[in-house]
Amino acid sequence: MSASDATIEAPAAEKPITIFEALNTALADAMADDDRVLVLGEDIADPEEGGVVGITRGLSTRFGDDRVRSTPISEQAIIGAAIGASIIGWKPVAEIMLMNFTTVAMDMIVNHAAKLRFMSGGQTHVPIVIRTMTGSGISAGGQHSDYLEAWFAHTAGLQVVAPSTPEDAYGLMRSAIDSPDPVIFIENIVSYAVQGPRYKSGLRVPIGKAKIIREGSDITIVSYSRMAIESLAAGEILASENISAEVIDLRTVAPWDRETVLVSVRKTGRMVVVHEAVKPFGVGAEIAADVGRELFGSLRAPIERVGGMFTPVPFSHPLESAFPPNRNKIADAVRSLFK
Amino acid sequence: MKNNYEPDGATQVDIYRRMALLKANDEQSRRVIKTGRLLMPYYSYRGQEVIPSAVSANLTDGDYICTIYRGIHDMLAKGLPLKDLWAEIAGRVDGTCKGKGGPMHLTYPSKGIMVTTGIVGSSMPIANGLAWGSQIAKDGRVTVAYFGDGASNIGAFHESLNLASVWKLPVIFVCQNNQFAEHTTYEKCTGGKQIADRAFGYGIPGYRIDGNDPIEVYATAREAIERARAGDGPTLIEAMTFRFFGHVFGDADGYMDKDRKKAAMAADPLPRFRAKLVADGHSTEAELAAMEETIDQDVEAAIQFALASPFPDIAEIRRDIYEHEVFI
Repeated sequence: MSASDATIEAPAAEKPITIFEALNTALADAMADDDRVLVLGEDIADPEEGGVVGITRGLSTRFGDDRVRSTPISEQAIIGAAIGASIIGWKPVAEIMLMNFTTVAMDMIVNHAAKLRFMSGGQTHVPIVIRTMTGSGISAGGQHSDYLEAWFAHTAGLQVVAPSTPEDAYGLMRSAIDSPDPVIFIENIVSYAVQGPRYKSGLRVPIGKAKIIREGSDITIVSYSRMAIESLAAGEILASENISAEVIDLRTVAPWDRETVLVSVRKTGRMVVVHEAVKPFGVGAEIAADVGRELFGSLRAPIERVGGMFTPVPFSHPLESAFPPNRNKIADAVRSLFK
Repeated sequence: MKNNYEPDGATQVDIYRRMALLKANDEQSRRVIKTGRLLMPYYSYRGQEVIPSAVSANLTDGDYICTIYRGIHDMLAKGLPLKDLWAEIAGRVDGTCKGKGGPMHLTYPSKGIMVTTGIVGSSMPIANGLAWGSQIAKDGRVTVAYFGDGASNIGAFHESLNLASVWKLPVIFVCQNNQFAEHTTYEKCTGGKQIADRAFGYGIPGYRIDGNDPIEVYATAREAIERARAGDGPTLIEAMTFRFFGHVFGDADGYMDKDRKKAAMAADPLPRFRAKLVADGHSTEAELAAMEETIDQDVEAAIQFALASPFPDIAEIRRDIYEHEVFI
């Protein structure tokens, strides 16, 4: 929808909003509310078109070059600058354009951002948000598509969020910027255009709190990011087969919301965990192990995991399409538990 | 060097006081570790005392430093209290970081000691962020990033110099070229005649100086710090020095040429500068001896304080990971 449509469309309050718009307004609102919020990253200022996909468009024009800065292609320098500014009271939001590029800054993220609070005995802390986008489905091949959240979730000191709706994107971004500790904020490329209802400006979605996005009684499907959308669709397919699926969007990967998941699985007795990241050693294994231990003896079927295939994300379209989970694969995994 | 940047007599004595403190602290550290009363990796800075002593004489408590695992001298010169230091390296609760950081992660923000890293080169990207914050706040503070010659070959060095240049950050990159990257000599692992030359590739001033000459280090640092405070951007200072001992305490340092080492130790800058202060009339033998005596007593008191301090409660293992305690 272009801006000119606004004059002939329904009142703004009723217009749906995209994840793209939600992120842009979350950043703008945070910067307007708090002069300490800074934004930096490759191409993110308006002379560089406000980011390669435009999430940060308008920010440098509105808030100035001191607070909104395009950087060299230097991921260590970007995260280092964010860390340094954060420990003296600023609240930087650093964009690492694509999640695979976080590999170039792992020392800054894992050895420094995650650990400075602990190693300084609480004298310093690192309130930064690292925004990064990823996901298969845009023919970007093996170095531009990976979900690497398990690496970060495995690191004490980091938080990892991965919303799937505009409301959660906005509310989690605001909470991430408020957070006194570092947050890895994962955005899915192919779902930037996903629409959702308007929400109250200034909304906060708490970090660490999942959301039941479909109620059901036979099985719990736990997911996040774009796979929450696919899991919801799988729930609809299964409903026509008289399988009632409860779908949970974790929204936060680390720390994940054990309580909501356990309450649901206690009720359904079955669980499938779904993520686009490759299955081995993934977030699904962690959740499966915890739920299996807590509910051992009361489960009505083994816990199943659905993840990306254990391969670099392929380029060729048919291969790339075969890589991630989708609604049909998720539904198949659910059906297998009812045989 | 501008002639009027030569430190006055009182400043020279103050620089010597810092040098003598650093030397005494290093000697005591090695002694205490040798007797088994401390268990820690120790990276001796003996021989490199002049650099942070003369740099710090130009800094205020409000100015920031980021340093590295071989950086206890940088922090002591910046004002890190001895008792907090010793309790930390002994892993005690009265340490700067409650014993949770140790010698490689000492932190003391009230004296501007913001980050100490155990990763070669990683002081520099973070120093840029501190400097960016000062630039936006227009608070006139500068940040010094200390690192060694070995760090000039890691990517973070290059990314940091470039970003500091294009953003004109108030940061001073101080390379303490002790001529060894851990065990490997400068000549064997560093391309180009001098690290200072790399500054020109990033469009910033770069100087190679005698890092064992307090007057030269003071004046060069002062010029760089004034440039940074004035908003004219970063400087790279390559201060030449020599590490008297091996990379880490206990290594046999068989990789260090014995003649070079002997010559460097014979040219120890401390007695030379001490004699100069007396010869120039800035101090007397008696005054300096009294100063050294006080330092020795202070270090000894810090050791006793540290060894009497309790270890942290085991509950500390769950604290300071996030703002709120975790129970995983």
